[in-house]
Amino acid sequence: MELSSTDRALVQALWKKLGSNVGIYATEALERTFQAFPSTKTYFPHFDLSPGSSQVKAHGQKVANALTLAANHLDDLSGALSALSALHAHKLHVDPANFQLLSHCLLVTLARHYPGDFSPAMQASLDKFLSNVNSALASKYH
Amino acid sequence: MSLIKSERASIMSIWDKLAMRAEAIGTETLERLFVTYPQAKTYFPHFDLHQGSPQLRAHGTKIVAAVGDAVKNIDNMQGALTKLSELHAYILRVDPVNFKLLSHCLLVTLAAHFPADFTPEVHEAWDKFLSILSSVLTEKYR
Repeated sequence: MELSSTDRALVQALWKKLGSNVGIYATEALERTFQAFPSTKTYFPHFDLSPGSSQVKAHGQKVANALTLAANHLDDLSGALSALSALHAHKLHVDPANFQLLSHCLLVTLARHYPGDFSPAMQASLDKFLSNVNSALASKYH
Repeated sequence: MSLIKSERASIMSIWDKLAMRAEAIGTETLERLFVTYPQAKTYFPHFDLHQGSPQLRAHGTKIVAAVGDAVKNIDNMQGALTKLSELHAYILRVDPVNFKLLSHCLLVTLAAHFPADFTPEVHEAWDKFLSILSSVLTEKYR
């Protein structure tokens, strides 16, 4: 799915606005994912998953950094996310269906925090961006 | 969603044929699943998934046996499959998306083995039956 220039403009403008808060939102998205889709917790048996957990916070920051990397490499998502894809496929054994669940929770989180910015067009562009990220993340599964 | 008389007849007639080739059909279904949807392999890091592997054959047989239980208890699948439902919900936590993928692969395998019998009506009946079966297996997830 090609991102149009409008999609890119919207995604990059929002990312700029999020600034250093991407980590906070990614953490909230993770918490929501664990709450709404409890099967996702099985990938984190080694984590304290209670609200406010510092491990979840740290992980949220990791996810945020990967998303920011993706937002800055819209022209070569597979290249930029190649190592992460291999990690999820061969070491972590994460079913890519779970990427969709996290994306959904991220959109819900952003909608709550930026209701004025979260127009249907913004949602559509973000959704496209996250779908492309998820495809790139799933590319090394074989 | 409940099955009407003609659908039950379609399910029974194919089941009789399926049961005679249980291992072959179960194994082929899984092979198709893992080749077409490699992400499904993430649930089997402990298996040898090469074609002809004894683990694959055993697992394929298990799956067909469970389908058989559902066929024999078609009016009370929830009751008959309680243990399996709990297994999938509390232990295996297979993402529900995969039930669609497995069902699709089973239907393709049935079509390949029974081309003359796999009419559109039979196809519809089996698709409906497998959807019901999948819901029963995922109903305790949350």
